[in-house]
Amino acid sequence: MSHLADAPLPAGTPTAPSPQQVGPGPGQHAMDPSRLARRSRAQTRVRWELLRNLVRKDLKVKYKGSTLGFAWSLANPMLLLVVYTFVFQIVLKSGIHRFGIYLMSGLLVWNAFSGSVSSACGSVVANANLVKKVRFPLAVLPLSAVGFAAVHFLLQLLVLFVVILILGYNLFGADLLLLVPAGAVAITFTVALSLLVSALNVRYRDTSHLLDVALLAWFWLNPMVYAFGLIQTQLHEWTWVYLLNPMAVVVITFQRAIYDPGGGSTGSTPVLADPGYTFYLEHLAVAGVISLVLLWVGLHVFRTMQADFAEDL
Amino acid sequence: MARHSSAYQRGAASPPWGRRSAAPRGPVDGAAPAGPAAPAALDPATPAAPSYPGAAPPPPGPLDAWGMPGANGAAPAGVPGVPGAVDPVGAPGQVGDGGPAPGSAVVIQGTGVSKRFVSYHNRATSLKERFVRRGGPAGDDFWALRDVDVTIGRGQTVGLAGANGSGKSTLLKVLAGILRPTSGEVSVQGRIASLLELGAGFNGELSGRDNVYLNASLLGLSKREIDRLFDSIVDFSELRHKIDDDVKHYSSGQYVRLGFAVAVHVDPDVLLVDEVLAVGDEAFQRKCLAKIAEFRAQGRTILFVTHSLDLIENMCDRILVLESGSLIYDGNPAVGTKLLRQKLGSLPAEGPVSWEYATVRPQSVAFSPDPGGLPMVQYDPGERLTVSVELDVTEGAPEQIYLHTYIVGQSEVPIWMMETPPGGLAVGPGRHIVDFSVPHLPELLGAFAVKVHVSDATTGAPVTTRRFEELFGVSGPQADGLLKVDYEARLRG
Ligand SMILES: Nc1ncnc2c1ncn2[C@@H]1O[C@H](COP(=O)(O)OP(=O)(O)OP(=O)(O)O)[C@@H](O)[C@H]1O
Ligand SMILES: [Mg+2]
Repeated sequence: MSHLADAPLPAGTPTAPSPQQVGPGPGQHAMDPSRLARRSRAQTRVRWELLRNLVRKDLKVKYKGSTLGFAWSLANPMLLLVVYTFVFQIVLKSGIHRFGIYLMSGLLVWNAFSGSVSSACGSVVANANLVKKVRFPLAVLPLSAVGFAAVHFLLQLLVLFVVILILGYNLFGADLLLLVPAGAVAITFTVALSLLVSALNVRYRDTSHLLDVALLAWFWLNPMVYAFGLIQTQLHEWTWVYLLNPMAVVVITFQRAIYDPGGGSTGSTPVLADPGYTFYLEHLAVAGVISLVLLWVGLHVFRTMQADFAEDL
Repeated sequence: MARHSSAYQRGAASPPWGRRSAAPRGPVDGAAPAGPAAPAALDPATPAAPSYPGAAPPPPGPLDAWGMPGANGAAPAGVPGVPGAVDPVGAPGQVGDGGPAPGSAVVIQGTGVSKRFVSYHNRATSLKERFVRRGGPAGDDFWALRDVDVTIGRGQTVGLAGANGSGKSTLLKVLAGILRPTSGEVSVQGRIASLLELGAGFNGELSGRDNVYLNASLLGLSKREIDRLFDSIVDFSELRHKIDDDVKHYSSGQYVRLGFAVAVHVDPDVLLVDEVLAVGDEAFQRKCLAKIAEFRAQGRTILFVTHSLDLIENMCDRILVLESGSLIYDGNPAVGTKLLRQKLGSLPAEGPVSWEYATVRPQSVAFSPDPGGLPMVQYDPGERLTVSVELDVTEGAPEQIYLHTYIVGQSEVPIWMMETPPGGLAVGPGRHIVDFSVPHLPELLGAFAVKVHVSDATTGAPVTTRRFEELFGVSGPQADGLLKVDYEARLRG
């Protein structure tokens, strides 16, 4: 059987160190089980550091070396403020006093929300190459999209505060503290929806189109360019249905916290929903519960679907 | 068949080559050392008992031509056993390489791993379809992995080989935790760095520098750790002049260089590499192989896919061979590469496989006057001799087998041959004993051994051959010489 003898014999070829030399003995590479388990976890759990690095990376990519671009993204809402103030207050004569500030106090958080959700929606698909090649906690992809929007939101909010102070309006007061629970609800709701749509979009690619349409319509379901009072006068005792939308609750709370209607209210309908605090806290609690339920759903869907991301991409 | 591989691993703990079996083996005193398999240690009742008697083959028995017609095609395709052509070599030190050494930590464990790819047509790819059209006919699904069992211990360097489309990349992705197995369990301990098909996970829009940070950070490193490693990574990749360019402008070799550099610098416990070295130039390939050798010496676990079987022979402790998603061989690289070369047609496919890996294994031979009688090794001419060949038949063996039993003398000269009746023997999986009885031994003088050839009775294709070391003696009346011949001796003239 000559062919059996023809094959190269390993004994005759240069061989690497025999396995016995490298065996289980204490090599240079220390491996105790708890360390291994920890390192294993680090590749599957969402870590703050990783999230921070990803957000930093996104910022870097978006504003590749141009500080001007970054400044523009902050100034952009302020430009809107000027335009909208002109259109709504002077041209359309809407009854809302200091319309620009009113608009901005609601619009900033809405923009952060819709920006987060729509960029999170495409985040997994956009990083297909990473998803298919590296084992890492996939949830960081939608979460970093939220983080990216959150950074912009905080800076824009700061700019808005500065503008308000420059204009000499009231800003600091106990009502500003409402931002804390409202922010918490907003972030929970945003994260929940982001996880949900980012997972769905991997398999069902039309999710992003549907989402775009939905966000467009949803915009009008929040009292940002119109006064909440309008809804109250239209819906009466059914107002609570309108407020099942957590973003609407967040928006009216933000307005209550930031917007100061000043002394002379010109219209007949009140601009703010309620002069007190409890109204907001109660509705925030309901919105918070809705958000938590959605978060649970989002996490569940994401966890279930993420194992197939690499295959679906 | 995956079960076989684990059986193999368990079997690998059998005594190393050259050590004499402790089990009592028949009557042949003073015979050559028994093969590595100690039949007494095998439990014939359980087919999952170690069916592969250790990675170390016995001393080479000369394999000779069969003289059988139509000898082509190795064991039938899809044989679940291990139809491996074995090269009867194997360093004694390689005995334990079929699985993790006892007591060493298991780093990669996959049990019954199967992966089915659902056909694109069979699943909804939009929400609209999801709700409008419910569940189409199932079909066209493709099993890329079937019931693969794999256990890799700390510090092993394992090569994964197989034809195109055999499921190597899929297995690697499943082990890397990137694809979910359709069934089965996978667990991997420690940090995994993977270089899967076509390079690393890079974002083309980012510079090399940012990609290094991103990738290392995804793998679990902190910014400070990456800062510390960064220069070393760039030096290894030799891409300092390119590091601030976008990765999308890298050549494929540069891309892989950077990917490999990151993967080996993140201090991985497990390195999974899929056929990426091929695009590197020779200098870089050398560098990578040196790095792999270094990892090996440090006791890290490496699993790599390659089509270069020479590389596997040189670098690996162990080879896994996949065929159509099934693990058909797990063990000695020299044996596995030969098996694969035969499968791929780079070695002639016909010819028997070494008996340890055959589907029908001649396990032992015994001599006695009567079938099943007391063993005896010394005979007088005219006495009755029964040669009993014990066969271990596994799943996938031919249904009808044919046995040729040669009695060989000195210098392997065949003295006579005994074969099974035409049509062959019908054997199912399990142990069988075939008795060849000689009612009257001729007047021979000497010690004789037995050589058994097994073939498929339907096709005539050889299955395996084994030459046993056991001897029996016939003490003919002649003073010397093999045969007793009647003659006269006379002085003439
Ligand atoms: N996402 C997928 N969907 C459907 N089929 C797939 C998918 N990925 C792989 N396959 C199929 O699974 C089989 C195994 O593929 P795999 O990439 O693991 O092969 P391989 O052994 O790595 O081959 P190669 O040597 O060419 O790299 C192939 O037949 C391939 O067509
Ligand atoms: Mg492949």
